[in-house]
Amino acid sequence: MSKIPLGPFHPALEEPYKIEVTCTGETITDAEITVGFNFRGIEWLAERKNYTQGIALLERVCGICSNVHTMMFCRAVESIGAIEVPERAKYIRVVMAEAERLHSHLLWAGVACNLIGFETLFMTCFSLREQVMDVLEGISGNRVNYAMNRPGGVNRDITDPASVLAAIRTIADVTTKQLIPVLTTDPTVRARCAGVGILTREDAIAYGAVGPMARASGIDIDLRKSAPYEAYDQLSFDVPVRQEGDVFARIVIRALEILESCKLIEQAIEMMPVGPIAGGLFPTVPEGEACVRIEAPRGEVIYYMASNGTDMPARVRVRTPTFANMPTARVMALGQGLSDLALIQASIDPCYSCTDR
Amino acid sequence: MNIFTSLMNTARRKSPWVFHANAGSCNGCDIEFMTCLTPRYDAEQLGIHHEGSPRHADIIVVSGPVTRTTCEALETVYGQVPDPKVVVALGSCPATCNVFAGSPTIVGPLDRVLPVDVYVPGCPPRPDAIIAGLAEAAAILAGDKPRPVHSAAQPSIADSADSEA
Ligand code: SF4
Repeated sequence: MSKIPLGPFHPALEEPYKIEVTCTGETITDAEITVGFNFRGIEWLAERKNYTQGIALLERVCGICSNVHTMMFCRAVESIGAIEVPERAKYIRVVMAEAERLHSHLLWAGVACNLIGFETLFMTCFSLREQVMDVLEGISGNRVNYAMNRPGGVNRDITDPASVLAAIRTIADVTTKQLIPVLTTDPTVRARCAGVGILTREDAIAYGAVGPMARASGIDIDLRKSAPYEAYDQLSFDVPVRQEGDVFARIVIRALEILESCKLIEQAIEMMPVGPIAGGLFPTVPEGEACVRIEAPRGEVIYYMASNGTDMPARVRVRTPTFANMPTARVMALGQGLSDLALIQASIDPCYSCTDR
Repeated sequence: MNIFTSLMNTARRKSPWVFHANAGSCNGCDIEFMTCLTPRYDAEQLGIHHEGSPRHADIIVVSGPVTRTTCEALETVYGQVPDPKVVVALGSCPATCNVFAGSPTIVGPLDRVLPVDVYVPGCPPRPDAIIAGLAEAAAILAGDKPRPVHSAAQPSIADSADSEA
């Protein structure tokens, strides 16, 4: 029996966190994760900044799903103040959210390929991801923190829908023709991923797993379907679900979700009505509280916001999907080989900076 | 300069190895750093190699505003990088703490903890800017560019953070 501490800075770990694994030979018998290295006190800061500053602050909770966080913040404000969002803005929010899901999933697929030693596919994923980044940059002017949302609408319009559509079609095409066939049929990927890190349906429910993690374990949950927000109730898409619950199923789920996101963006761009993209001045936020949730690339995000009528929120609480998914790493790692640990960890698509805030 | 040093300097300029430490960043800078190594930007054509161990690295790239919890590990990692080394502050966070300034859990900016040689501003910086920053770091390593002067006495980390809380 030996204990192996890894982290917080470790070559296999993208973000700082510590994991201490207990092994018998090569087999993992226990694993303990320590997080908190990214704890920047964002919730504390959010109570001390006004709403406009709050948007910029919350955007920086996570650099991968930054749009989700501003959208949540704005939705919470909209919910407290009963602010209407114009139809066109709703569609633009959908396009941004789905483009973000695309880049997040492609990033994850790249990291996963890197971990299983499949460098070529890693580079393919990242060059495909660059096309999504071009779309995002074309719409918002930024590659990462887009600053697109504001209470009551969005800040920028989509002025060149044709180029977005063209890029999305290429991405869907490359994904169907190259990415998915390689990911699903390549013997290397199968050998490294099939049957590894199994999370049973029961465990997924017990741990409260969300997002692609839950969907890979046979649980059909997706807030875009079950509690549609923005324009999702107008759009048609499927929610891929797999029963196996292993790393391979998670890869497949995310690859299929890439296609669904492409479908959603295409529809949203085509159905987008003309009209204003935002209401007037920044609204005053009355006293009240709100709890909002949406489906981020990694699963369900929940925001709670309380307002006391001043220009600063009284409380902002952020619960991110990784917080729900992280504990499943332990059950998945038990009995697995030490060499699979990094892959099992990564298959959650963890985002510790969201979790720590 | 004897032939050995000039050889070493060429190697340092042409093949800088980079260790990346995330000191509480939002991931924005980290993914942009990763992007640098992928086909469109391809920092490897400048000989830049992303190294997993600080002991093999020449350049240490730090992103994030330096949280209390990463501070100590950061110092350890810095100690493990062999001399000569260059510290690159990636993004606005290590430069100024960015939007996180004033938080009691943050001990940054980075220059309170490590001597910073190159700043790459931006939130996050574009990949091209990051590559330019790394090239500048390589030039400092090779002695082609002077190292900036580091002011010695920095306010004590614990004092400044505790006064807030
Ligand atoms: S500089 Fe901006 S993108 Fe980079 S870590 Fe800080 S908040 Fe994130």
